[in-house]
Amino acid sequence: MHRNLQKIKEKAIEKALFLSAFFSVFITLGIVGVLIFETFEFFKEVSVFDFLTDTQWTPLFAEKHFGIMTLFAGTLLTTVIAMSVSLPVGLISAIYLSEYASKKIRIAIKPALEILAAVPTVVYGYFALLFVTPLLQKVIPELSGFNSLSSGIVMGIMIIPIISSLSEDALHSVPMSLREGSMALGSTKFQTSIKVILPAALSGVAASFILGISRAIGETMIVAIAAGQQPRLTLNPLVPVETITAYIVQVSLGDTPTGTLEYKTIFAAGMSLFVVTFGLNMISYFLKKRFREVYE
Amino acid sequence: MVTTDTAFRIERLNIFYGEKRALKEVNFNIPAKAVTAVIGPSGCGKSTFIRCLNRMNDLIPVFRLEGKIEYDGMDIYSKEVDVIDIRRQIGMVFQKPNPFPKSIYENVAYGVRIQGFNKKESLDNAVETSLKKAALWDEVKDRIHESAFSLSGGQQQRLCIARALAVEPKVILFDEPCSALDPIATAKIEDLITELKKDYTVVIVTHNMQQAARVSEYTGFFMMGELIEFDNTQKIFTAPSNKMTEDYITGRFG
Repeated sequence: MHRNLQKIKEKAIEKALFLSAFFSVFITLGIVGVLIFETFEFFKEVSVFDFLTDTQWTPLFAEKHFGIMTLFAGTLLTTVIAMSVSLPVGLISAIYLSEYASKKIRIAIKPALEILAAVPTVVYGYFALLFVTPLLQKVIPELSGFNSLSSGIVMGIMIIPIISSLSEDALHSVPMSLREGSMALGSTKFQTSIKVILPAALSGVAASFILGISRAIGETMIVAIAAGQQPRLTLNPLVPVETITAYIVQVSLGDTPTGTLEYKTIFAAGMSLFVVTFGLNMISYFLKKRFREVYE
Repeated sequence: MVTTDTAFRIERLNIFYGEKRALKEVNFNIPAKAVTAVIGPSGCGKSTFIRCLNRMNDLIPVFRLEGKIEYDGMDIYSKEVDVIDIRRQIGMVFQKPNPFPKSIYENVAYGVRIQGFNKKESLDNAVETSLKKAALWDEVKDRIHESAFSLSGGQQQRLCIARALAVEPKVILFDEPCSALDPIATAKIEDLITELKKDYTVVIVTHNMQQAARVSEYTGFFMMGELIEFDNTQKIFTAPSNKMTEDYITGRFG
């Protein structure tokens, strides 16, 4: 009798643990399900062809156009600017921390870099809008108050710790014997870092870049605040643009009635975003896995 | 006793790792164009010793050296000496094969490239000559652009020897080069070492006494950070003058 009770208890505990473990999986599936369903509804009214080829995005106006390219251009532009800041700076700090810095300096700098990642993105947004843009306007007078340049740069600063931290891990896990082998042939520290250690850690470094890109594409707050909210098919970094994420914010905040076509656009936009970032994360996952196989 | 030219002249060498003293008052003359073996029980300082000869210990932050190591008449730890230059003249092969994650060709070409030689003919030449000297050419000539990781352990170690030879050093240091290899691969490396002594000064650290007896002309026996005895290999193994050497050789400890 007592034993039976214990058996039931064990079963219940196992079920509870299972549910907790799979909670996040169920939620993710739920989100994807809703995205797919609403996107499907959206494409009942708008053709996929128009969605991919139209050069205007005006779902909230009387004359509606649904060209996702317009929003993608904004996302692409801010992402490229962000990566051209975070890639070199992140990689150089990673090489410095892993190959040059003494233990003391590494212990001091690594957490400091990681604090950058702890700053709320809304703070970065206002930093871009109220500090970086006015600063840049002194150099480039024709820069508008909202633009992709300053939000891109600030987003890049935000992404530096992702790149530097993950790349540093990858560089640091290259075995010491390779450094010794290279040094014993009479190479300098710099030659060793660039020609032996970096190539050996390449897949880990590449994975960090891709995660950085995917972070830049998904970033919302900075671009919603500082890049402006004007969908525009342009690659000019000086004028206001709207990214996919910023558009979703705009519609979610506004008074668009539930169930309308305008409302459904955010699911189509969200779905496009999801496909891209999911693809990038998969690539990064495979790269990281490959890099583990070589040295473990 | 030692009649050949001296490659390394080591005087009153003391090595410290932080507070710990790893080598004590070592005086040692290493002859040129011969194989000198360094033997001794684990932790006796033999690896520390060999790593002083091309300043690999510089990579360890707490490392400190007292005394003098002269190579070819120059004090290799003096401030005027460029450590890069030292390491180009004094190559090293390590315990475990450590090829770079590059092709066989690029592994050998690496040392030549970093000196600024990038012409294809001179690289091809250096790669072929070095691989031939390391007795690896025939085995790899048809797959020279494949990854170095596709080679077996013994082949990888010979690749590391070829890589060291490509820089055209005068000395090659071997730090227990066969400890990760099977007997057949070990035999090949030993043949190679015997071959190399015609043109190079070779110093080999080994914990395998038969290996020391097989490949070397001179042997130094280290214990507890001190050089106990140094002599012709034959004398060390047949009639050592020190009791501790005799005990170690006959397998009473170590």
